[in-house]
Amino acid sequence: MLKTERLTRKGMTLPAQQTRTMRKLSFAMTCLRLWLFVLTFALVEESFSEVKQVQFNRDVRPILSNHCFACHGPDEKQRKAKLRLDLKESLFEKRKNVLVAIGKPGASELFLRLSHSDPEERMPPEDFPKQLKMSQVNSIKAWIEQGAPWEDHWSYTPPRMPSLTEKKKNLSPIDHFILKRLNKSELSPALPTDSRTLVRRLHLDLIGLPPAPSVVEAFATNPSHQAFTKLVDKLLGSPHFGERLALPWLDLARYADSVGYQKDRLRDCWLYRDYLIRAFNENKPYDQFVIEQLAGDLLEGDPLEKRSWLIASGLNRMNQTTSEGGAQSKEYVAKYAADRVRNTAAIFLGSTMGCAECHDHKYDPFTTKDFYAFAAFFADIKERGVGYPEHTAMPTYAHLDEWADLQNQMTALQVQVKDIVLADEKKVLDEKINAIKDRIAKVADPKKWPKTLVSLRSTPRTVRMLPRGNWLDESGPIMSPAVPTFLGKLDIGKRRATRLDLARWIVSRENPLTARVFVNRIWKQFFGKGLARNLDDLGAQGERPTHPKLLDWLAVEFMENDWDIKRLIRQIVTSEAYRRSSNHPASTKLDPENRLLARQGAFRLEAELIRDNALAISGLLVPKIGGRSVKPYQPSNYWYRLYNSGKYVQDKGEELYRRGIYTLWRRSFWHPSLQAFDAPAREECVAERPISNTPQQALVLLNDPTYVESARLFAERILASHTQDFTRFELAFRFALARSPNNEERLILQKLLAKERSVYSENKKAALALINTGEKPHNKTIDPAELAAWTSVARAILNLHETITRN
Amino acid sequence: MDFSGPGDSQPSRNHHKELIFMQTLDSNICRRSFLGQTAAGLGGVALNSLLQAEQSPTQALMSLAPKAKRVIFLYMAGGPSHLESFDYKPMLEKMNGQAMPDSFTKGQPIAQLQGKKLTCRGPYFKFSRHGESGQQISDVFKHIPKVADDICIIRSMHTEAINHDPAHTFMNTGTAISGRPAMGSWFLYGLGSESQDLPGFLVLTSTGGGQNQPIASRQWHNGFLPGRLQGSQFHSTGDPVLYVRNPEGVSEKSQRDVIDATQALNKIRASRLEDPEIATRISQYELAFRMQASVPELVDLSKEPKQILDLYGTKGADGSFAGNCLLARRLAERGVRFIQLYHRGWDHHSNIEKGMQATTKLVDQGSSALIQDLKQRGMLDETLVVWAGEFGRTPMAQGSGRDHHMKAFSIWMAGGGVKGGVTYGETDEFGYNPAVNKMSVHDLHATMLSLAGMEHEKLTYRYRGRDFRLTDVKGKVVREILV
Repeated sequence: MLKTERLTRKGMTLPAQQTRTMRKLSFAMTCLRLWLFVLTFALVEESFSEVKQVQFNRDVRPILSNHCFACHGPDEKQRKAKLRLDLKESLFEKRKNVLVAIGKPGASELFLRLSHSDPEERMPPEDFPKQLKMSQVNSIKAWIEQGAPWEDHWSYTPPRMPSLTEKKKNLSPIDHFILKRLNKSELSPALPTDSRTLVRRLHLDLIGLPPAPSVVEAFATNPSHQAFTKLVDKLLGSPHFGERLALPWLDLARYADSVGYQKDRLRDCWLYRDYLIRAFNENKPYDQFVIEQLAGDLLEGDPLEKRSWLIASGLNRMNQTTSEGGAQSKEYVAKYAADRVRNTAAIFLGSTMGCAECHDHKYDPFTTKDFYAFAAFFADIKERGVGYPEHTAMPTYAHLDEWADLQNQMTALQVQVKDIVLADEKKVLDEKINAIKDRIAKVADPKKWPKTLVSLRSTPRTVRMLPRGNWLDESGPIMSPAVPTFLGKLDIGKRRATRLDLARWIVSRENPLTARVFVNRIWKQFFGKGLARNLDDLGAQGERPTHPKLLDWLAVEFMENDWDIKRLIRQIVTSEAYRRSSNHPASTKLDPENRLLARQGAFRLEAELIRDNALAISGLLVPKIGGRSVKPYQPSNYWYRLYNSGKYVQDKGEELYRRGIYTLWRRSFWHPSLQAFDAPAREECVAERPISNTPQQALVLLNDPTYVESARLFAERILASHTQDFTRFELAFRFALARSPNNEERLILQKLLAKERSVYSENKKAALALINTGEKPHNKTIDPAELAAWTSVARAILNLHETITRN
Repeated sequence: MDFSGPGDSQPSRNHHKELIFMQTLDSNICRRSFLGQTAAGLGGVALNSLLQAEQSPTQALMSLAPKAKRVIFLYMAGGPSHLESFDYKPMLEKMNGQAMPDSFTKGQPIAQLQGKKLTCRGPYFKFSRHGESGQQISDVFKHIPKVADDICIIRSMHTEAINHDPAHTFMNTGTAISGRPAMGSWFLYGLGSESQDLPGFLVLTSTGGGQNQPIASRQWHNGFLPGRLQGSQFHSTGDPVLYVRNPEGVSEKSQRDVIDATQALNKIRASRLEDPEIATRISQYELAFRMQASVPELVDLSKEPKQILDLYGTKGADGSFAGNCLLARRLAERGVRFIQLYHRGWDHHSNIEKGMQATTKLVDQGSSALIQDLKQRGMLDETLVVWAGEFGRTPMAQGSGRDHHMKAFSIWMAGGGVKGGVTYGETDEFGYNPAVNKMSVHDLHATMLSLAGMEHEKLTYRYRGRDFRLTDVKGKVVREILV
């Protein structure tokens, strides 16, 4: 079979004469090969003197996936020699040349072909770019020798609660799984981090803002377990918790305040952003959270809640849209459909289903049929192919809260009215009721509501399977909504499946992916990396988790406890692993990627949090939650490449000092300071931002007026806090870094202060220019030269690597 | 943005300077950084990522010596009409005003002419032959004909998107799906940067002559490639690079004082912690400071001799395409790898005759001068210049203009190992479809990469489990046009 494949591949047919010559040659070659084979074997034996226990999913599947599946995998059209290596039945099939002869690599075609000395016979073919290493071939050999045990792909089988052997008292299951692996290595766990670093870490992780110095000091003087858990609970209850959790979700959802294509007109969907913040703050169970976003418009229930669900269903409308002249509606309807498949699968399933738009997936069992059947779920969403997207008026949360409150008042009054006999009293109450009715009418008036994008149901469009993704080709079959075949089937009888069915299937206990995907991403927020490294691909090409049992334990726990997000996070942050120091030289050296979790991660803050951090340190931050997106300082010419040179009208007053999560997100030109720190365009789902370290970041922190103004306000704060420079340095460090400076550090600041005092006392004009940066007026009671000098000190502190790093 | 990439395999002069700088640091950091920097080239490589075995493109480097050290991509945004520029169609002239044969247009995607009557429209300008090679160029151009023997005209280009935005994305990233890296990022990824104090991938834009179609920053975004490979916008007016100017009231010396203090504090931190990112941060601040110093000098064209300013037809860095062309040469001299100049003025849906004249007037002289100037400095051989839009325009009239056309368009290339005085490919008699030597955007990318010494099939980056390429799964090098 494999032989035929080779000939077909080379497209060769040999004339008889040539064949004879080749046969002779071939004999010589065979002798040579035999000898080489023996030699190879000897080498293999030697290099494998230490036989390790091979695990299929860990050691073998990644090799097959990366090096073989492209031609011998799920994609039927690309499949060579009718051979599949991604399925158990095909790998162990009885055939003439058995692929895997259990225990006998020498009789296994798989091993023989991978290790063949003749490049013509050897797999992968010579011209295939991904060649195998000797060690990889050896792994396959060892696997066959050890009985070739098969395992289904880890993420496609539902997680089961792993057993906790030798459970120790006071050791959380998280630590149990981590220590179990760590104890087998040469590394010992890092020491617990100091209490100040821990408080700062916890604040940045849970609310994305630095701790107040008083909070740090209070904990540092009493760093008990009880004090710690109290702090955790306080932060989990903070309204800023929702903002912190919403931040990565906005990247997943591809949330933006503009349509994306061409002129990239602005649109309104910030109510969806506010929904997310609210949902995380209210600790909405994750399964409900998913259902509301995919099918909130299809849920029945309380009229007020239904409005919130509708806002949530805006997720399905987050795609880019066009209104470009000459664009064909049909083409764009197809584009939007593909967008939803790609992104929905990425957001909830951590699957790269987008690959199956034009051909069957090369690595995972998604077929093109699966892709278009998935697209059909969304065919009922009302939308324009070309044109500005239709918005719907929806109440804000302020409206909804007031509305609910008024209704409660009304109900209470109506109960009272029933018991009242006296006419006078009744009249008073009636007046009250009428007043409330008026207020309800006002708050319930859609004309007063902002607009947003929501899912609205209409007659489903016809969805065809598009050959090679070509929207002009109508020869493909009409598709009904269905979930990917290899992952199961909806049990709904004969009716057409809806988005609600899809959502419920996604959050069903049988879905092997959903909980794993989510807990893995949450884990990343608290350690810097996921347990499974590829947050957006849990498929065959994604890396297997470093701690599979831990991931499964977290996933099962999560599901069994009503998908309780705050509970999950509490479990993580109260573990010993979370509280370890991030500084552990031996671990950095031996395990630079921290796969063993001997230490905590140290990583740069996300773009928005860098902004928030500077504003909070300086005291400039306006901590208002939610509302219309805001326009902070931005270089005046930044939008000029937009149609008719899009004008950026910067906001005034407190809107300038809101958190980064509220910054207006225009997809064609998103804010350059955020962009410099790796914020994505929000055109496609992004599960993990890269963390780069570039000179542009230095320019932002040094020169963006946001940071210059923050530095000045920070300077005013420092100056107001004490009269002695020595103590001021101390306080400055506490505000920014939650720790005290040492003498060496103090000396550096002292030197800078002295220099700048002399610079600015000689140049008042320069001093005034510096402290007039930004719209907030400077404190007139402070000498401008003194303020400018301290502003320089504050700038140095805001520019520190430590300031923008979570340790 | 970044000043280097993993492609810098050899210790260079940058390396030497960097070492001198590094010697001023704590010896402990120095040792660690040295290892990182040597393995990865200089500057922006985050050591942390390096330790995590950042993907490296070394496999893509060919045994062939690269011809082009850098690329200047003159991007004619909006879709210049091939029929009024480089692809002469006498048949269309003959058929002027008559119905376009159905056989061409039936079942084909059409943009703004959907449902309209389709009539042929002959070329608005005469064509003449130029240079020893006798290349045929429209008379609307006065200056490009001067370099006829240096350029290779390609008349058989085609693309896969019919609207501006997706067509730009396709031209820049090889796919119409958002989120993939721009070609400049791929080049920088493969080649690394030569520049000590400038980003390796710079973008300039100018407007005028037609509808100014918007151009989004996704066109020069790094996509899933590391952030340091992102294209930086270079503004010819205002601050050339965003945030490159010191805050008001901060002198260069005071800025240096602040940076010195930051660096000193970072150094103390680095000596205490095992975190290689700190050393990288320190070197990035040095690069940022150097950039602040070098950029004003770069955009100061006052020292350019008069005959050079006259050659380009510009008074200085004034935001015009011609001024940008001169800046492009200066950027090329300073080692910037990929320079992209957008001129947003080619979308001529109506009054194409006047429109072409207007846009050409803004673009013609600068394009030609750039070739002549690079040549006289001996830089043309190592600089690949590409002149191309995202698509062409219909042989059918759209009133007095022409609609978008993705099936065929013309571009030209020069220098960097491309044969001059050559025309490659042909369209059919109507200029509707390529008829001979069809060349796709992927073929263009493959050819460009090959000129820079990279095999397009091997320049890959693993993302979401797949090895992505600029050329997706397609593309072939067009060897016929290589020297």
